[in-house]
Parts: sequence; C-alpha cells; structure tokens
Amino acid sequence: MTLRQAQGEDGAEREPKHLILSLSKDEIEQRVLEILRRIPDPEIPCVSVVDLGIVRAVREDAVVVTPTYTGCPATVAIARDIRKALDDAGFAAMRIETVLSPPWTTDWISDEGREKLHGWGIAPPPKGAARHSLHEEPAQCPRCGSMHTDEISRFGSTPCKALHRCLDCSEPFDRFKCH
Amino acid sequence: MAEENILFHHAIRLGDDALILGQRLSEWGGHAPMLELDLAFANIALDLLGQGTLFLGLAGEIEGEGRDADALAFHRDVLDFRNCLLVEQPNGDFAQTIARQFLFSNWQELLMGEIAAAPEPRLAAIGQKAVKEIAYHARFASEWVVRLGDGTDESRARMIAGLDWMWRFVDELFDAKDGTPSLRGEWDARIARTLREAGLEQPKPRRGVLGGRVGHHSEHLGHLLCAMQFLPRTYPGAVW
Repeated sequence: MTLRQAQGEDGAEREPKHLILSLSKDEIEQRVLEILRRIPDPEIPCVSVVDLGIVRAVREDAVVVTPTYTGCPATVAIARDIRKALDDAGFAAMRIETVLSPPWTTDWISDEGREKLHGWGIAPPPKGAARHSLHEEPAQCPRCGSMHTDEISRFGSTPCKALHRCLDCSEPFDRFKCH
Repeated sequence: MAEENILFHHAIRLGDDALILGQRLSEWGGHAPMLELDLAFANIALDLLGQGTLFLGLAGEIEGEGRDADALAFHRDVLDFRNCLLVEQPNGDFAQTIARQFLFSNWQELLMGEIAAAPEPRLAAIGQKAVKEIAYHARFASEWVVRLGDGTDESRARMIAGLDWMWRFVDELFDAKDGTPSLRGEWDARIARTLREAGLEQPKPRRGVLGGRVGHHSEHLGHLLCAMQFLPRTYPGAVW
C-alpha cells in the first residue's frame, strides 16, 4: 500500500484495511471514539458530537446516537458527517443506530463541552439543571461574566438556544437552553 | 392484529396533529409581528414537524407496507387525515394563533406526559422526547394569553375573539370515543388558571364540532395540503 492509497481525498491519513481488521474490540471502540471527537456539531462547530452527548455509545459494530430535539435539522447532517468520517477512516461496515430513549438532556454535555461553549460566546446550561428546564435564574454573560442579564427570546437561532442580552456590557448572547 | 391496528391509528392521530399544526405555524415565517415571534413560531413548528415525523414513521413501521413518514405525510388525501379540527384552523391574527396554541399545547403536554409512560416502548420513547419540547410551547402560548388579555383594549378584544373562535374545537380533544376524556379535568384547571391571570373569562360554551378523527375536515385542511404536498406529488421521488 502506497502512502497515496492510504490517504482520503482531502489528504487525511486513512487506515489501511488490514490494520483495522487486526484491531481488538477495545481498540476499534477507542479509534472510533477518537474519530467522533473530531466531528463538530454542524450548527455549533466549537463543540463535537461527543461533547454534546449526542453519541450515546460506541460498540464494535455500531455508533449509537440520539437527536437533541425531534425536529433539529442538524440530526441529518450529523448522521451524514459521522458516516463520512467512519467511511474515510476505513470503518465502512460500522452502522449508525438512532435511539430516542432516554431522551437527550443538556446534562449530558461534557465539562469540556461547557467550557468550549462558553469560549464561543454561548452561555452553557448549568450542570444538572435540566430537570427544571423552564428555569428563571439569570444567565451569566459569556463575555463580561455579569449575572445582570435578561432574556430577549426563549426561542433562538437553533432549537437548542435562547437569546439573551447583558445589561452591563450590552452584548446580546445565546444561551444553551436547559433541556 | 387488532391491537396493531389500534396502535397504527393512534400513531396516525398523534402524527397528524403535530404535522398539520407544524405546517400551519410555518405560515407565520417572515410575517410574525416581531422577529422574536418569527423565531418562536419557526422553532415550535420545527418541534412539531419532528414529532410528526417520528409518530408517522412509527405508524408506517407498524403497518409494515413500506410507507415511511414522508409517504404518509405527502401521499395521503384529505379524507385520510386524522388530525383534530383545532390544528387545521387558519392562523387568523396573532391572537387567534396564540389561542389555538394555548389550547392545543396545554392538551398535548398532558397527553404526551401520559404517552411517555405507555407500555408500548416505541410510543413511550417519542412521548418522553416530545413532552420536554411541548413544555416550552405551552409556556410560550400561556404567557402571550396573559400579555394580550391583560394588555391594551385592542389586544384584549382580539384575544377574546381568538379564544371564542377556537373554543368550539376543544370538545373534540376530549371526545369519549376518539379523544382523551380523562385529561379534561387537569386541562380545564390549567386553562382556567391562565385565563384568570389574564383577566379573561372562559369563552361561553358552544356546541363542539367533531369530525377530524374520522376524516371529516373543514375545507381549510385541503388548502393546507395543497401547499404541503404539491412538490412531492408533482415531482415524485424528488430529493434535495
């Protein structure tokens, strides 16, 4: 196998097939998880599908995913992106399974994911707050850190976000809805 | 088989309610009084279309004849739809749309809470997801009932008119045959609480209009389906 054959169209390194076949179950799951960690959410590209808790499990034969909101258009794009990444990495036989139950919750967003959201200017949901999803507590401004903020619209640019503004630094910002 | 048939019709009813209201609300896109309301209606419509897709997908799976959610949404005629009459009513003005959403979402939230605990696991899974989304819809609509009802003379008059128009379609939701009579008490209490806060009285009782659950729709549904089904019927198999 030449180096060229071992690369995808974009020049990314691709695993030669005989190497994948020789991997153990644990190694496969580990590799696949690493691949998934590099797939950004199509609407909030600062976080990966793993950070958001969309990936529920990685098995030897399948990746198990769950949608955030029932109608979220990103669900289709995410399945497509995962498919392509798996195919490119030589895991074409791996299936993608969708499960609805238990329903996705913002409590599944990783700590790293929360930090990335904050850095991106999106107020992350407080951890463990999903059960009182229609919360009243003010959001913290991701720019200046002020708690002196106001909700502009409970429905934002994507199903998972609400629109807020900071009353101190005057910047509008998105808040990830507790869900 | 009989049990499967009941489940199929149940999923069709739930799916059609969500699909038709999702399509109706989408008509507000670009026309709502404020940008934030445009966003709200689009988001609620999106949730409903998602729920409709899941329920109709399940119906197709139960039926086992190769019809998926798209086939059921786009290739059935008006007499085959089983949504309640409330969801197909025209948007009217903003207050009339809010009235419809207020009555429907409060009912749908109670219903999905019940379905989330259903013994059928596929139905329950959809219910568990949907109920979280609907909590937002019910709260949004209830807050607007208060804001309009307790607002200016104009907004109050429109809110009263909107509720009065939609009220005739309430009984169908709780009909003993095809509805959910056991949810009536809790629903009445919720509605009364918000109306009290809005300083509004419950609309005068009217004779309820029934028929949606057996395919007897108002003419409005046919027109809605024209817009919704035109493309896939004119260009069968078209994909993006």
